[in-house]
Amino acid sequence: MWKTLRQIGRIGIVTEPPPTSDDTLRIAGALQSRILDVLGRALCIRAVDAGSCNGCELEIHALNNPLYNIESLGIRFVASPRHADLLLITGPVAKNMEVALRRTYDAAPDPKLVVAIGDCGCTGGIFGESYASCGRVSNVIPVDVAVPGCPPSPHQILSGILTAISKANLRPLALRER
Amino acid sequence: MTWPCNAGSIAAVRQSGGGAIAGAPKTCGLTVVRDEWRQAAEHMAVHGGRLLSLWASRDDNGDDVVRAAYIALPGVLVLSLPLTNVDYPGIEQWFPAANRMQRAVAELSGLRATDSDARPWLRHAAWPGGFHPLIHINTPPSPAVPAIDDYAFVPVAGDGVHEIPVGPVHAGIIEPGHFRFSVVGEKVLRLEERLGYVHKGIERRFGELPMLGGHRLAARVSGDSAVAFSWAYCQALEGMAAANLPPRVAWLRALALELERLANHLGDLGAIGNDAGFAFGLAQFSRLKEQLLRASERALGQRYLMDFVVPGGTRADLSSAGALTLFEATESIAAEVDALRTIYDEHAGLRDRFVGAGVVTPALAARLGLTGLAGRASGQAFDLRCDLPCDPYGNLAPTKAVRAEGDVAARVAVRFDEVAESTRLMQRILSQLPAGLHQAAIFHSPRRCLGRRNDRGMARTGISCAGSRRRRRHPSMSSARSVVAQLAGDRARHHRQHRTGFPAHQ
Repeated sequence: MWKTLRQIGRIGIVTEPPPTSDDTLRIAGALQSRILDVLGRALCIRAVDAGSCNGCELEIHALNNPLYNIESLGIRFVASPRHADLLLITGPVAKNMEVALRRTYDAAPDPKLVVAIGDCGCTGGIFGESYASCGRVSNVIPVDVAVPGCPPSPHQILSGILTAISKANLRPLALRER
Repeated sequence: MTWPCNAGSIAAVRQSGGGAIAGAPKTCGLTVVRDEWRQAAEHMAVHGGRLLSLWASRDDNGDDVVRAAYIALPGVLVLSLPLTNVDYPGIEQWFPAANRMQRAVAELSGLRATDSDARPWLRHAAWPGGFHPLIHINTPPSPAVPAIDDYAFVPVAGDGVHEIPVGPVHAGIIEPGHFRFSVVGEKVLRLEERLGYVHKGIERRFGELPMLGGHRLAARVSGDSAVAFSWAYCQALEGMAAANLPPRVAWLRALALELERLANHLGDLGAIGNDAGFAFGLAQFSRLKEQLLRASERALGQRYLMDFVVPGGTRADLSSAGALTLFEATESIAAEVDALRTIYDEHAGLRDRFVGAGVVTPALAARLGLTGLAGRASGQAFDLRCDLPCDPYGNLAPTKAVRAEGDVAARVAVRFDEVAESTRLMQRILSQLPAGLHQAAIFHSPRRCLGRRNDRGMARTGISCAGSRRRRRHPSMSSARSVVAQLAGDRARHHRQHRTGFPAHQ
């Protein structure tokens, strides 16, 4: 126990402050109040792997590490789509996952946001559309923001999430295109 | 034909009519008839051979051939069985790992093993049963409304037995899969897995891509093993083209491979701690992993080395400043992991959850053909870097990390040992990196290489080319089955804990 405490004390808090100079990340500063404006509470994300190679999952995991510390921004990954405000979808949508993805989307309460992560989520990537792949996420469910990259860095994923929220703030949610 | 008494005797196979496979060192190919196919499997099983992969393809004459690759040290034996009808003798009784490979062959190529489980594996409901993606060219139209299939899980009946379905969408940030628990109270009577949710037609896609572009697809078979898969693919390609690569190429690739291994171990050591209720472990190890990824980005230009390995070399070279960055990162990480290992070893709560949990005995591991670190934690002392070393591993002489206990504690110990070994190897590579080019020019004239497209080649780490079919194998194909074995008789509330140590990636 002593060693554990000493390690915690020695490392201290390593969370990096969100930079303020970058336009995209400027949103990060005002993020919490914006989330509260839009959703009235902290942002809850349900991540769904719809057929990815798990590269994007590794970078989504990184958002939870002490350096990005996404929870300190009021963003939390939740275990059920019924608790989610935003769905974070990775991968080309495998045909075998199509039904599960549609059901997850339907299970998330309105208003909801969808962010497609990675080249595959944006365009189908190298897998494209085939007998086993539906291609990009927007071929299956409506997508608000798509974040390219293979895999996109945690900063890019974060900025995609922030873009989705700011977009939602600009238009009444009920009027969003389906 | 009489089989060589030593499964590994490549010379004896040659005498019985086998031949070397172009571009695949230490690999021998042999065409057999039906009886020999089964005899060979039995012989391999008895003499400690291991099934590497089983796949089928249709050659240029339109004849179907089913192939099995066995690791029979000191080499690899590839058996080919030309077929006259659509069935072939199954080998599941000797190699349980063949079950899913045979089922995949049935769906992808339409060839059925005589002992095969007839339930679909990769095909859920998205395409009709008569369509075999590796045989038929025209894809049938998809139904307007995706159909829902009804998979026949093995029923467990009796007083108080109930089923708990889990997945395919899970509570964490994790790949999809369905688990069906049959339980009585807290006791798990049976766990059945249904996977294949992320099947996205990679085998067929390989055939559609140009040979020199396939490494990008190989890297995306599994994103946490991008270097391993793309290296294997490039190795097969370079073998077929008989390419002579500058020595620096292999050393840079090995550096990338160890970097990938280290990053995965750091991530999983944190996740295992977290699954056992020790969030401190996740925070610490994920911090170290981030340090490593950032060093990788500074030195090689990428956090994850997706397209780092390319045919003929590596995408980028390593500058001396980059080498210094990586050296310092590995030094600091090795010291920190040492400190954390003491904490993991001395933490009573963790020991309580690790020791004796999720045991896979060495005997069971051998029967299931368990590979990778899960195998090494159950006494299966196999590591291709040592057993079939390619350059530069012959020079580096990596030490195998092996434990015999087969529990979560053993898997954690193997991971810690491999972290230490990988940092040592990386430091050695960085200090001895040969000078020279990081790419060979040979692949700039693709015509010349592609002239040999129909040669058969095998890469050691699991991708093979047979005609234009490439077959991939991930260690989880056999280790996933051991999760089932571990859980039988365990208690449902310990499910998370008993799985710890197994996620191939988190």
